[in-house]
Amino acid sequence: MIGVGKIKHYTNLLEKPLSRGRQEVSLSAFAFLFSELVQYNQTQVDNIAELERRLEDAGYAVGARVLELLCHREKVADSLEKGTEHEDEYMISEKELLVNRFISIPKDMGAFNCGAFVAGIVKGVLDSAGFPAVVTAHFVPMEGQQRPRTTILIKFAEEVLRREARLG
Amino acid sequence: MAPLVPKSGDAIFASIDRVNAELFTLTYGAMVRQLLTDLEEVDVVNKQLDQMGYNIGVRLIDEFLAKSNVSRCVDFKETADVIAKVGLKMFLGVTASVSNWDPEGSSFSLVLDDNPLVDFVELPDTFQGLHYCNILSGVIRGALEMVSMKTEITWIRDMLHGDDAYELRVKLLKQIPEEYPYKDDE
Repeated sequence: MIGVGKIKHYTNLLEKPLSRGRQEVSLSAFAFLFSELVQYNQTQVDNIAELERRLEDAGYAVGARVLELLCHREKVADSLEKGTEHEDEYMISEKELLVNRFISIPKDMGAFNCGAFVAGIVKGVLDSAGFPAVVTAHFVPMEGQQRPRTTILIKFAEEVLRREARLG
Repeated sequence: MAPLVPKSGDAIFASIDRVNAELFTLTYGAMVRQLLTDLEEVDVVNKQLDQMGYNIGVRLIDEFLAKSNVSRCVDFKETADVIAKVGLKMFLGVTASVSNWDPEGSSFSLVLDDNPLVDFVELPDTFQGLHYCNILSGVIRGALEMVSMKTEITWIRDMLHGDDAYELRVKLLKQIPEEYPYKDDE
């Protein structure tokens, strides 16, 4: 199992300054890497739901480690909305999600959405910050636009809402 | 058409879209973790990383050639410099140095002091045989193969194993002459 076993004592890792957070890599490096990640996972699963689940798990691992979410863009996501049907639902929507920009979905994969990876990141961030939620990614077809928007749907757990109510 | 001037690595890197290196690093980490969970043996994971790198390299070379305007390298020495100064800069935002040429000029060392793949990474004792950045060796191998060079790439130094830098040994095995499926119309 990963994580079990002694970690060698490298004092320098924790003492390394975090100032390198502003470093960047090329977008295509990320795109290539992500494409390999998806392709590898495709070989490990039998259906789309499992594939999305695995991507979500990978994303979760990322999100749990980074609280600055996707700060590679100057602007924040296109919009943040509150769901109308349920009190506990919020939506972040983006016209062209980074991970979907270079990915085309073959017809037989139907509704598969690589946004599952991003949903995982969001879930990881929220969990680490103490706001457990169910996070999913959805395609929303838009009139007059070629490619559908991607919406990340966040449904907060009961305890979060109760806590919010208590804090007034 | 006027000959295109090759661009410097810095200039290209400044002109392309970039993403936060942390996202890249953590995504790579998540991928390595998945591989370790699925495949368990470090040797198998090393091979898988190399293969994935190879798959990336054969596609990456197109983008590299398109964006960098480099002309055909005169010799392997030029190839080495181009990888270290332009290629790595363009994609990973870091440069490497080239050293330890063998007397025939057929193999060299690529030394990286800075490596975005390994930020925040520590290898536990159970995975000491893992070449965490093995994807890099695959990328270089794949890219070079697409420009007719068959190479063998091995890790000499690895910071995650306690060394002071990352050193890759790149050995040219042979030049594969390009084959055209049809006659050139000149």
